[in-house]
Amino acid sequence: MIEIKNLSKIYAASGQEVLALDDVSLTVKKGEVFGIIGLSGAGKSTLIRCINMLEKPTRGSITVDGSEITSLSKSELRLARQKIGMIFQQFNLLSSRNVYDNVMFPLEIAEVPRPEANKRVQELLELVGLTGKAGMHPGQLSGGQKQRVGIARALANGPKLLLSDEATSALDPQTTRSILKLLKDINRKLNLTILLITHDMNVIKEVCDRVAVIDNSRIVELGDVLEVFSNPQTPTSHSFVNAVISKEVPAELLHSSTERNGDTVAKLIRVSFIGASAGEPLISSMIRRYDIDVNIIYGNIDRIKDTPFGNLTLELIGKPGLLQDALDYLRNQGLEIEVLGNA
Amino acid sequence: MLELLGDNSWIAGKVLVATWETIYMVLTSTVLSYLVGLPLGIILVTTAENHIMENKGFNRVLGSIVNAARSVPFIIFLILLIPLTRFLIGTSIGTVASIVPLTFAAIPFVARMVETSLKEIEWGLVEAAISMGANVRQIVTKVLLPEAMPSLLLGFAITAINLVGYSAMAGIVGGGGLGTLAYYYGYQRYEDTVMLITVIVLIILVQGVQMLGDNLANKIVNKRR
Repeated sequence: MIEIKNLSKIYAASGQEVLALDDVSLTVKKGEVFGIIGLSGAGKSTLIRCINMLEKPTRGSITVDGSEITSLSKSELRLARQKIGMIFQQFNLLSSRNVYDNVMFPLEIAEVPRPEANKRVQELLELVGLTGKAGMHPGQLSGGQKQRVGIARALANGPKLLLSDEATSALDPQTTRSILKLLKDINRKLNLTILLITHDMNVIKEVCDRVAVIDNSRIVELGDVLEVFSNPQTPTSHSFVNAVISKEVPAELLHSSTERNGDTVAKLIRVSFIGASAGEPLISSMIRRYDIDVNIIYGNIDRIKDTPFGNLTLELIGKPGLLQDALDYLRNQGLEIEVLGNA
Repeated sequence: MLELLGDNSWIAGKVLVATWETIYMVLTSTVLSYLVGLPLGIILVTTAENHIMENKGFNRVLGSIVNAARSVPFIIFLILLIPLTRFLIGTSIGTVASIVPLTFAAIPFVARMVETSLKEIEWGLVEAAISMGANVRQIVTKVLLPEAMPSLLLGFAITAINLVGYSAMAGIVGGGGLGTLAYYYGYQRYEDTVMLITVIVLIILVQGVQMLGDNLANKIVNKRR
């Protein structure tokens, strides 16, 4: 759906050149929800704004749905933009128009005949659950309702691609969830490709299929959301993941108080599990197989999109040889094991 | 009011006519100055850096011309434009003739007022329209002007008020209206009553225009809230 090749963007600010995007390449597949996460200033906003040419790339090419957006004429670009919806952090609704006319706005731009446009607006308001608010002005709406108008507006001309520029960053967590749910719904219902940028890993966790982590103008990690969550490769990804899924074990718990006999040792391990393996009683079967004790220190389970994902910090106590065998057993079952230390 | 005047009741007729002349001059020249000043203001905004028709060189030249025109004092404008007024109207004296210098003096002012109003609009709104594939005309007519309407209306009122003042100045050189009345009767014939009444009428006019502007602007703002 989107193919970005070797995209670079350099801003000239007061005589100094600022590199906002450095040789970025990525592909967004049709129908997927793709998230780009990064801290402010990392370049994610520039990246998404290049896709509909709100920012002109310095180098590189962007192809959207088969047409190279970077080489279109002005009028071709306007037509292409009509098929790329965009929603914004600050909603950007026209205060001079009520809800109905705000949704009508892109249809006026595309010069859609009135009767057809009217029908379309009705459908869209229904889709985003604002049928009763058609006559209200944006100033009378809550943040979540405003973003619903923004989404209806972005969908007016039947785009194949929706760009979301921090669309939930100005909303409270509960409203964020409802807007994300709406995005997920329209992604499924309309088979709409969504590219979103955010600084909030929760957003990635809730709706995205794949994620790219952008840091310092470059993409440092890219993959399935589950993969990145379970096994982040870079420090930036690590800190994003940790912000959502707590892996840190409170320090006081790390000091073992378990009594042990002379020849036993204790090992502190962290077990990560994804999806199906989360449902299997691997720990208890390990205890049965090997003569060791297990002390559960800390546990956490979460859901990424629709897949359970969790981690468990355990203290294993037993004879050194047995402990090693037990660890091997868990590893062989496909669990991710990290030895935190000898307690 | 008429009873207060006593045997000076002839003043009432004069004041009425002069008031009408002033309203006629001011309204006509305000409307005419917007016909030119509004597009100029739009061009000043949209050709500025990073705007929808960015053209820095053109913008700078146009801005300088507008500034130059604004720095000419009105009284000099009046004299400078006499040949043009004669050419357009056939005379340089009277109400209709005054409309020419009033309009020309207001155009650069209007251009800056409009520019200021349109600049207040959040760039995000323009950007949203661009992202939907809007062209320049659509952005101007569907975003910039409607969004800035309350501010534009206030600008219109301020322009009209300025022109009330200018029209009085034009009156001194035979422009007609309340200015001429105040000058010929109030000043040259020492008719203090005429002077006083003229000033009172001017105050009422200015207040009226400002209130009208405020009300209209508020009405729109409240509707949008």
